[in-house]
Amino acid sequence: MPEKSTLPNSALNILPLKERMKILRRHMPELNPQVRSHNFQEVNQGLEAADALIEATRCLACAKPGCVVDCPVGVKIKEIVALIYAGEYLAAAAKLREDNALPAITGRVCPQENQCEGGCVLGKKGAPVAIGNLERFVADFERTSGKLGLPANAPATGKSVAIVGSGPAGLSAAGDLIQKGHRVRVFEALHELGGVLVYGIPEFRLPKAIVKEEVDNLRRMGVEFETNVVVGKSVTIDELMRNEHYDAVFVATGAGLPVFLGVPGEHFNGVYSANEFLTRVNLMRAYNSAEYDEPVYDCRDKDVIVVGGGNTAMDAVRTSRRLGARTATLVYRRSEAEMPARKEEVKHAREEGIEFRMLTNPIEFLGDEKGWLTGARCVRMELGEPDASGRRRPVEIKGSEYILPASVAIIGVGTTANPLIQSTTPDLATNKRNYIVADEKTMRTSKRGVFAGGDIVTGSATVILAMGAGRKAAASIHEYLTSGQWTVNSEQA
Amino acid sequence: MYKIVEARNVGLNIKQFVIDAPRIARKQRPGQFLILRLHEKGERIPLTIKSSDPEAGTVTIVVQGVGKTTSLLNCLEAGDSILDIVGPLGRPSEIEKYGTAMILAGSVGTAMALPTSNALKQAGNHVIFIEGARSKEMVVFEDEVRQASSEAYIMTDDGSYGERGLVTKKLNELLAAGRKIDFVLAVGPVPMMRAVAQITAPLAIKTMVSLNSIMVDGTGMCGGCRVLLGGKSKFACVDGPEFDASLVNFEVLMQRNAMYRDKECESLKQFEEHKQEELAQLRAELAAKEKEVARLREELAAGEAHYA
Repeated sequence: MPEKSTLPNSALNILPLKERMKILRRHMPELNPQVRSHNFQEVNQGLEAADALIEATRCLACAKPGCVVDCPVGVKIKEIVALIYAGEYLAAAAKLREDNALPAITGRVCPQENQCEGGCVLGKKGAPVAIGNLERFVADFERTSGKLGLPANAPATGKSVAIVGSGPAGLSAAGDLIQKGHRVRVFEALHELGGVLVYGIPEFRLPKAIVKEEVDNLRRMGVEFETNVVVGKSVTIDELMRNEHYDAVFVATGAGLPVFLGVPGEHFNGVYSANEFLTRVNLMRAYNSAEYDEPVYDCRDKDVIVVGGGNTAMDAVRTSRRLGARTATLVYRRSEAEMPARKEEVKHAREEGIEFRMLTNPIEFLGDEKGWLTGARCVRMELGEPDASGRRRPVEIKGSEYILPASVAIIGVGTTANPLIQSTTPDLATNKRNYIVADEKTMRTSKRGVFAGGDIVTGSATVILAMGAGRKAAASIHEYLTSGQWTVNSEQA
Repeated sequence: MYKIVEARNVGLNIKQFVIDAPRIARKQRPGQFLILRLHEKGERIPLTIKSSDPEAGTVTIVVQGVGKTTSLLNCLEAGDSILDIVGPLGRPSEIEKYGTAMILAGSVGTAMALPTSNALKQAGNHVIFIEGARSKEMVVFEDEVRQASSEAYIMTDDGSYGERGLVTKKLNELLAAGRKIDFVLAVGPVPMMRAVAQITAPLAIKTMVSLNSIMVDGTGMCGGCRVLLGGKSKFACVDGPEFDASLVNFEVLMQRNAMYRDKECESLKQFEEHKQEELAQLRAELAAKEKEVARLREELAAGEAHYA
């Protein structure tokens, strides 16, 4: 059935295209930067219905919508926007859920400018439709409406699936598989569910309550969760299959190992990986040190530097600001144009008084005789020829060394694969960088019955890509469980 | 929720707990540790596993009350529960037939060293176990030490039990007497492990130390537990906790372990002033959690019927 016929007549935008193009993009209401840089409340407050309507009216309803093409999971954005225009928010949410299991989350953390909004034709001359804000609007409407339409599960198949990791890939796979009638159990190494969504992304960008709601919804659908299980240590993949009789396993453990700079002085007290700093503050709630026991460096009136240019670095530097840092400086070896962080985070960070020190690279950390960090020896960089990533390679400027004083330095230059599962599952093929090798389409690994997806296969990427991988894996696992057929991709042999 | 099956005082401020944790019990090997969290606002702390019973599904840990969390934990009794326990973590001790193996353990470190001692003995080593403690009340597991070793010495700082002196005094004595030692494991306070390393390194005796650096997740995710090993950074949680003593930078370890000392002292002080309230609060929280778990279990059981 063609998609269009499912939309009500009221979803047909009657305003002439020329008029639509005159409407300005609606701004996301935000907390005042002076206030929010001292608390952990969510920065973005969400669109009002009136603004959502205006924003939805701007959509030109292209015959070939670039937004859908550029969405990694092909969310039917055009129809969703039309349904918002018609005021059919719950229908819009249901349509959104067809392709996106965690819309309230992706509406907040997706890098829309490189995806859907990057493909929006309006962006060529002016501002694209605020698709991310609209996504969040319908997802939040659904969440707070109390009318969450949890889909019914198919009759029980008698098959069971173990999912390793409760991040975006694991959660979305769990949702799809339970609907297909399989028994699903998610294993999580930490004590709280959500993976990077709870230990990594701060409260001011993604409130924990939203992640908890998604988890609770899955629980209601019948998904079982077991926390405090480190697969590879507490139990191996083989033991899950042999002793606990899982018919399939989905490995969605993410890329959780921090990368350090490997420069002298990284052991000084005050030098953190972004993972550690954020885990202490987010998962262990160290920002509320009066009530919670887990400590974090007292940043009040201290100088904090954060190394890196991605969203994690941005989260860390904005977190340090909220913990009372006197100066919170982002140090990045390329220029702002090459920064992988979402544009909105960069904007928010600037408003919150984060200092950007671009084309700067720390080459040594300095400390006092008791082992506490006092600063970083930095060198200035310039951009040379493009490197493998297509970005211009940063090159040191000779003789440009200087010392940047700091009590805290947070390294947010990336993460890599955690080897715990690979090293205890001998027949699971990995690549040179120790990521698990999985077929792009089927997510099948070299080991029969074992699938993998998300950052543990691709390396650090985005929530939406991990979620897409989870859904792809779920479809492939379902296919395998129903057909019993396992054909190993020849490339992996 | 992990039920405490048995709790008993084994020394001054030192308590042994047997806890229901079947997954950990099945997989635990000598030298491995677990991480626990007592309540929703609690910190995660690593503790070495003394032994486990895979049949009964229990693990045994020994806790010395030194900070807030360990002090609160030591108020718990059989029948109480621990909110979160994850493990077994870290690499197991490498058990080989070395010939003569020596274990040096400081007080509560004895509990950590016992399983490795047992395994070394079973592997055919002549095991010399030197247990050290500040005084008589802190000497623990003497019988088990004797059982797990071929030759055992108890040392106390004040001479109130066994011989007077540090464990390194006995080590030096045995070396001076011409005893050939092929392997050493030291488990205890950092200065003790460093002192052992200083004695054995020039003699080229293979020496391992079990490092107790500050951890959060215990799975390699945060790097907070990193130690300098021959100038290179290693994570105690996944690369250790046992490392070649001759490579360990003990100064950096001590500095890093002091990172949160102010907050730790403050927390402990606060706790001691409100001990009974904290304990009552913890028990109330656990009881509420227990109810919640029971409710979830019921819901799950109802769900299970769907799959029957």
